Amino acid sequence: MNKERRSEILATAPSFLWLAMFVLVPVLIIFAIAFRPALPAGGIGEGWSLDAVRSLAEPAYLSLLLRTLWISALTTAACIALSLPVAYAMARLTPVWRSRVLLLVIVPFWTNFVIRVFAWQQILHAQGYLAELLRGLHLIGPNDRLLGNLGAVVLVSVYTYLPFSILPLFAAAEKFDFGLLDAARDLGAKPARAFFGVFVPGVRQGIITAFLVVFIPMLGSYVVPDMVGGTGTQMIGNKIAQRNFSDRNLPEAAALSGALALLVLAPMFLRRKEKPQ
Amino acid sequence: MASYLRFENVTRRFGSFTAVDDVNIDIQQGETFSLLGPSGCGKTTLLRMAAGFDKPDAGRILLDGKDITPLPPDKRPVNTVFQSYALFPHLSVRDNIAFGPKIAKWPQDAITRGVDEMLDLIDLKAHAGKKPAQLSGGMKQRVAIARALVNKPKVLLLDEPLAALDLKLRQRLLVELDAIHDEVGITFIYVTHDQGEAMSISDRIAVMNKGTIEQVGPPAEIYEAPRSSFVAAFIGDTNFLDGRVTEAIDPRFSRCEVNGFGSIVIDNDKPVTPGDRVHLSLRPEKLLVSREQPSSSDLENAIAGKVEDVIYFGSHTRYWVRCGEWRLCAEMQHRKYQLDEQSPKWGDTVWLRWHANDGFLLEQYRAEDEGLLTLPDEDS
Repeated sequence: MNKERRSEILATAPSFLWLAMFVLVPVLIIFAIAFRPALPAGGIGEGWSLDAVRSLAEPAYLSLLLRTLWISALTTAACIALSLPVAYAMARLTPVWRSRVLLLVIVPFWTNFVIRVFAWQQILHAQGYLAELLRGLHLIGPNDRLLGNLGAVVLVSVYTYLPFSILPLFAAAEKFDFGLLDAARDLGAKPARAFFGVFVPGVRQGIITAFLVVFIPMLGSYVVPDMVGGTGTQMIGNKIAQRNFSDRNLPEAAALSGALALLVLAPMFLRRKEKPQ
Repeated sequence: MASYLRFENVTRRFGSFTAVDDVNIDIQQGETFSLLGPSGCGKTTLLRMAAGFDKPDAGRILLDGKDITPLPPDKRPVNTVFQSYALFPHLSVRDNIAFGPKIAKWPQDAITRGVDEMLDLIDLKAHAGKKPAQLSGGMKQRVAIARALVNKPKVLLLDEPLAALDLKLRQRLLVELDAIHDEVGITFIYVTHDQGEAMSISDRIAVMNKGTIEQVGPPAEIYEAPRSSFVAAFIGDTNFLDGRVTEAIDPRFSRCEVNGFGSIVIDNDKPVTPGDRVHLSLRPEKLLVSREQPSSSDLENAIAGKVEDVIYFGSHTRYWVRCGEWRLCAEMQHRKYQLDEQSPKWGDTVWLRWHANDGFLLEQYRAEDEGLLTLPDEDS
């Protein structure tokens, strides 16, 4: 082992140990709990059991999974669609304005996430100004609600994750050679064609990163559907919480969590394949 | 001859900076026309306005009699070869070339045929499936040319297309480019800061300086008969002499007094009368260097000086010769086996001789253009 290699190992050891202790070990514990029997009082029993894992076959879980994927996909698509023009515009700004706008993108992080979602709860509230206004303009009926539905969950999720998709796309757009758009226009492409035919493929790596940083956390989303969603927008995260806190069935909660973790790993492998380019 | 591409009183300002100042150019169909000048002279701005990436603040651009000034780039029948190539990195060579035809909605078989033709032209058929990142600089440049030419543009705009390549490759591609031009017969507008490139490829050259056209003409005319000190100094190298006309010998020649070495004979390249102050450009290769005093005739000038600097270039040698207050650069071609020759050395006294025809009277002289000349340090 040469010296460079040794110092490399020494330098990465702390973070490696940290991740092993607080990520890998807990995940393994969760997987282990999934194979334990549940005690009626909420505890974890002795010995091994496949009951919790078998409970994953419950038909209701399939629609839960599909709904989770659907909400996550909608949110991710909306985030990327909104972030692409933002990233494009930011990359074309002068450096001074670019850092100002970048600050604006980051500003929401100064307020706690739960408080921001709570604020949305107020904005979308049935007696809130927005609902009153829309009702007054007859854009929604007297019994329509802005809160407690899929629209609210996606809207607030998009709001929450938008900075996470803007930043990687901006990083990619910053490296993009805008001369290529000139070339596309020169070869007869209209602005939209140049944008989708040249700019979008040009920031492909940014799109993949944005997809991962939005889609994966969305799969485990819990707070947003809990606070602005309703019964029809329950996601896997809410079900895990329910198994944990209301049903007091830790093995079933662990089995669901483990399944979700495996689900999340799938797109990560996608990324792996993408990397060598 | 009617002009094909015409810049009519074109002006372009960026803030308080005037990049292009009331420029008029007429370019003929099928010619290779160069815009030559130092960086910041406005040549690229002019090209971008022809392509449609930039709009003039005043004036208009006509192509084949039609005003194209208001048209966006995608509506103009011109294509550009960019300095940075600007190949689409996510597309193969074939798809890069097919980009224009696909947008123009050519039928599929026409696209295939057109692209194949281009691949033959640039000799890259074997690399058609590669991505730009897998190509060398020279190949990329050829793909960029093919990608533009496949659209059969009325004018091909080339923006310093060879600037990013090394010298040998540049020379080879220049020959190739010339051959391509002969084959396709499309009007080329070639932007460059390299006078050698411009001289070798162009039918005509427009020399630009500070947003204006200094002179337009065939390469030889630009070189031999520069109108201004800028053109004389920017294209090749030269010596500037200034003097006062003392006597009109006949309609063609005058006698002129130059401080420091007396009277010389000049050609009346422009009308002069005794008493006029004139500026003369004398190309180094027009000066004959000899160790013996030459027998001079009426129209020959000969002055003595001391060699101050010698630079050997292989095919020729440059001498800097001190003649009174002047330091003249002379160039001697080695047309014989040079090691046998007794060439002048540092400190030797030599004679410089030139015919009155070989100098050229400038219409316009600016002292700042002396800065463009290559001169060794005074104390060397």
